[in-house]
Amino acid sequence: MKKSILDLTAVELGRKIKEKEITVREAVEASLAQIEKMEASFHCYVTVGKEAALKRADEVQKQIDAGVLTGPLAGVPVAIKDNMCTKNMLTTCSSRILYNFRPTYTAEAVENLERAGAVVLGKTNMDEFAMGSTTETSAFGETKNPWNTEHVPGGSSGGSCAAVAAEECFFALGSDTGGSIRQPSSFCGVTGIKPTYGTVSRYGLIAYGSSLDQIGPVAKDVTDCAAVLETIASYDKKDSTSIERKDTDFTSALTDDVKGMKIGIPKDYFGEGLDLEVKKAVLAAADVLKEKGAVVEEFDLKLVEYAIPAYYVIASAEASSNLSRFDGIKYGYRTKEYDGLHGLYKKSRSEGFGPEVKRRIMLGSFVLSSGYYDAYYLKALRTKALIKQEFDKAFEKYDVILGPAAPTTAPKLGASLSDPLKMYLGDIYTISVNLAGLPGMSVPCGQDSRGLPIGLQLIGDCFQEKKLIRAGFAYEQARGPWKAPAMAGASGCGDSFDSRKEEPASIQTAGEEN
Amino acid sequence: MANIISDETIEYVGILAKLELSEEEKQQAKKDMGSILDYIDKLNELDTAGAEPMSHVFPVNNVFREDVVVNGDDRENMLKNAPEQKDGAYKVPKTVEN
Repeated sequence: MKKSILDLTAVELGRKIKEKEITVREAVEASLAQIEKMEASFHCYVTVGKEAALKRADEVQKQIDAGVLTGPLAGVPVAIKDNMCTKNMLTTCSSRILYNFRPTYTAEAVENLERAGAVVLGKTNMDEFAMGSTTETSAFGETKNPWNTEHVPGGSSGGSCAAVAAEECFFALGSDTGGSIRQPSSFCGVTGIKPTYGTVSRYGLIAYGSSLDQIGPVAKDVTDCAAVLETIASYDKKDSTSIERKDTDFTSALTDDVKGMKIGIPKDYFGEGLDLEVKKAVLAAADVLKEKGAVVEEFDLKLVEYAIPAYYVIASAEASSNLSRFDGIKYGYRTKEYDGLHGLYKKSRSEGFGPEVKRRIMLGSFVLSSGYYDAYYLKALRTKALIKQEFDKAFEKYDVILGPAAPTTAPKLGASLSDPLKMYLGDIYTISVNLAGLPGMSVPCGQDSRGLPIGLQLIGDCFQEKKLIRAGFAYEQARGPWKAPAMAGASGCGDSFDSRKEEPASIQTAGEEN
Repeated sequence: MANIISDETIEYVGILAKLELSEEEKQQAKKDMGSILDYIDKLNELDTAGAEPMSHVFPVNNVFREDVVVNGDDRENMLKNAPEQKDGAYKVPKTVEN
């Protein structure tokens, strides 16, 4: 069977473009055709910028031909989570309050990709303001899991992860505040990295929990993730928490060698609430690394059960402050009828934000209010310090911590929304990584009996992404190639762009009449 | 549940959050906030007396730069996003009486 363009990884495609086997336009057209074919089923995107992508493809091709662009991602089509600003292209955070917002500048991480010659296809769906674990809180409708459309893709970067799984892009950017890259990567059978806090600039990322937010790659394999992270990591004076690192040559860690690597398995990650099929697949992956020479042992990681309550206090507090900028004055949604300036603020916000966002703004305002600040907010920050200490202790003994990315595979649509607390508990294995600022990665390691993907999570000490990449790559070599989901109507889709007649709308606006 | 959120608390939080909730939303918010706070109270099991509150994992320092404009004012493009504008400025309801 002829391998279609869409089957290629980002790095493979980049190489073929460089070797003139495939043109940038062909690659972009292949992605756009797949988007057109699959969007009705999956709804990964909020906005597709067809004309801009095709125009950009020709520009990038010229620069490749002229020898100006030589990197591994030159000409490769990418999808961007809709909480990263893209100049002149709608950036909605999947919220009604930003339904018509066109930024006047581009986020630094996206700029870095564009400088490397990547072609932005469009903006992906997400939980509103990244608050949610299923992509169902989006104001523009849910995204469906390409492996089974009755199930959620996870969240909040559900659109990015589903788009990679559905081959509607070659890689994507997501953001991770409490697991929002790793959990949907696990649910969609793709690979995602949440880097060490401060590694990728947050300039132009619409803030949710500023002390926790981090942008990272979502891709088909570890090699692609390493290449993308190498491209987007940068020291940026425009982000005051950006860190100057000299060790961002992440692709140098793609070595298939874990001999002597010390891997710790926290017993506390394998207790109550963990699905048995997930447990089995993750432990089997640990055995693979052991066979390859890693030293694997169990240990006690304390305080796991305190991470979620601490997170919801801290993230909600920061969100209540960050989201105070949405006031109906400078951009976005403004209510039609109001009484005075404060009435305008209140009504615009109340009509513009969805229920989960309001819930977190209310909780955040409460825990920061006088009389409760010490009992909730400071208490959570002290807990965060203790959780960080537990990880410090663990990394004195281990290079990498291994566990599941999520306690289950993707739940059915609608099953999580009715009980917010239950949805929050699904983040138990990912959230503490954000509190401690650590890097984490999810790599597909199997499927459950229903065929839904299972994700292996690898956690490293601060600045130790390379160890994650080494372990993930070594595992992946033993596991073998990961296949794309069997998508209805997807056969031969890679070649169909040549004969495509009809045109998709150049911009599918997220906007609704108001 | 241990945390009973009063109507007054919801009113007050609504003022802080600049949100205007319907009666139905208020009742739901009371219930949701109560159950989430019950869950958050789990933190009280933990002795945190010896721990300093950690706002950032790494030390955060001020980042200084010369006070030089590096981007244009971009007024026209920024105003394109405004729900209402007038004479090159954002238009808001009258807030100060003559």
